Amino acid sequence: MGEVKKRPPTRLVPVPSKNIIPERDINSDPVLECQHLGIDFGGLTAVKDFNMAIGRTEIAGLIGPNGAGKTTVFNLLTKVYQPTRGTILLDGVDTHNMTTVQVNRAGIARTFQNIRLFSNLSVEDNVKVGLHNQTRYGMFQSIFRLPGYWREERRAHESAMELLHIFDMEDLAGHEAGSLPYGAQRRLEIVRALATNPSLLLLDEPAAGMNPSETAELMENIVKIRDTFHIAILLIEHDMSLVMGICEGIAVLNFGEIIAKGTPDEIKSNPQVIEAYLGKKREV
Amino acid sequence: MKRLKDVKGTTKVDFATYLGVTIAFLIVYALQLDGRLTNSVESWLVPICCFIVMAVSLNLVVGISGELSLGHAGFMSVGAFSGITAAMSLSSAIPLAPVRLVVGIVVGALCAAVAGVVVGVPVLRLRGDYLAIVTLAFGQIIKDLINCLLVGYDSKGLHIIFNVSGLRSISDLHMDDTGVAIIKGAQGATGVTKLASFPAGYILVMVTLVVVLHIIRSRTGRAIMSIRDNRIAAESVGINVTKYKMIAFVTSAALAGAAGALYGLNYGGLVSSRFDFNTSILVLVYVVLGGLGNIWGSVIGATVLYILPEALRDFADYRMLVYAIVLILVMIATNNPTIKTLFGKLTALVKRRGSAAAAKGGAQ
Repeated sequence: MGEVKKRPPTRLVPVPSKNIIPERDINSDPVLECQHLGIDFGGLTAVKDFNMAIGRTEIAGLIGPNGAGKTTVFNLLTKVYQPTRGTILLDGVDTHNMTTVQVNRAGIARTFQNIRLFSNLSVEDNVKVGLHNQTRYGMFQSIFRLPGYWREERRAHESAMELLHIFDMEDLAGHEAGSLPYGAQRRLEIVRALATNPSLLLLDEPAAGMNPSETAELMENIVKIRDTFHIAILLIEHDMSLVMGICEGIAVLNFGEIIAKGTPDEIKSNPQVIEAYLGKKREV
Repeated sequence: MKRLKDVKGTTKVDFATYLGVTIAFLIVYALQLDGRLTNSVESWLVPICCFIVMAVSLNLVVGISGELSLGHAGFMSVGAFSGITAAMSLSSAIPLAPVRLVVGIVVGALCAAVAGVVVGVPVLRLRGDYLAIVTLAFGQIIKDLINCLLVGYDSKGLHIIFNVSGLRSISDLHMDDTGVAIIKGAQGATGVTKLASFPAGYILVMVTLVVVLHIIRSRTGRAIMSIRDNRIAAESVGINVTKYKMIAFVTSAALAGAAGALYGLNYGGLVSSRFDFNTSILVLVYVVLGGLGNIWGSVIGATVLYILPEALRDFADYRMLVYAIVLILVMIATNNPTIKTLFGKLTALVKRRGSAAAAKGGAQ
């Protein structure tokens, strides 16, 4: 009819833009696209109409108050939960019906909020488990220790050491992972995830329990990982210095819905975000 | 020289295990050849080898894969009876006894592996206690199934009847004059030619150790252990959980089958109730007291705990009492912090010596 629709005065859900920062040209080649993603647990809608695109070498942040559904989004992306609605496109491929294992092989690696290391294995072996799908030899070759076994094991050892070098952890290679200090365990989890050769790395509260100097170092390392491996990183974090410091795009989640998207500066000044975190200003 | 430097602590432990087993075998075998062993001690040798294999293979499931299996004797049973059947029915085709023994062991291992797949497919979807319960049931079911089995062979080949009604007998196999009954239902296998020997037992132990240790120190083993430590994290790095649990379970079953075949071919006759729940628990005790995930611990656990009740036969009345006390003492000792630190220091010392030697080797 040619009638111009009246724009509602305020919207809780912004117009779904495909990428977090519309200005940047990541739209042409996103590594991950979520379209109208949602999940219900019984009658509870944990995540509702989640739309997001992440550029191939973008560092993106997902923030929000406790219980907002951030980790649930990670669990949806890695198929720990199958989404009730919506699609996830990884490199343009629909991950519908994929399992956690298949999604990892397709290119998503993650860390966990409550650290999940293989605590009885050595640091090196933890990384080598991450390298599992890139080490190519069968059980037969390992039982008879054929040349393939030695070649691949040597390669795995070298790759593991190279990866541990990112965090200067080569000296810890022989230690039992469970005996490491907390910060080192968090770092090892990142190394293990990187070992699976992902195109998108999901970090669930990487700075939790770290002191300010450790966090600063972690920030440097996250940027370094992105620059070295040319991968996209999506992180959940409560430490605003980290999020505002390194994320190029941020999405804010509250009660399972995205309430704001934008650059760190836009997010900082967004009234809805402030309201979600600090509560509503009382009307006088 | 570079190779030597790369040798890790675990590799040293593995070699120490092979060496220890070999030295122990050579000493005992020399004594046996010299005729210094009593008849009863001599009769322990093959069963000890069988139970070492059982303990090491169960450790692969319980210690390495972290799943409690209470039906390990069931796989031993499958291996024993299929191995006996194979070895006896081929007695004319293969005149050479050692070859027949090997064939029996291989057939036993294969049949047990098949049983492992059949049990593993549904069972490995369960976790924790449920898996233990189902494997326990499997052990009992196998025992009862073999009780119903009538097997014989003649010039035309194998005859097998499944005697569910309990009304049929060997004559229902309809064998010709050359026919020999191998398994006679509840009477078990009788008239078995004894093929097993101590050297054969030693070889089987070594094969088992090599297979299990080489699996553990490979990507397969790392995948299995990663599932034990954290299933969710293992999936997140692309480990196919079902596949690797299955590999551990079936390999373990196959080795138990091989042990069963050797055990079965060590006696003139064998009844299926020999492999009941108690046997499964006994092997589990060897594994737990030897240390979960500790392969050389299983070797020592099986040896000591097999000999102990046998050696105590003279004290008939107090035998089980002493056995129980020893078990309790071992448990207390292995959980004692003082003894633990002492062990830790010893291990560190051995490792330091080893790395010093390796460094020396590298310098040359």
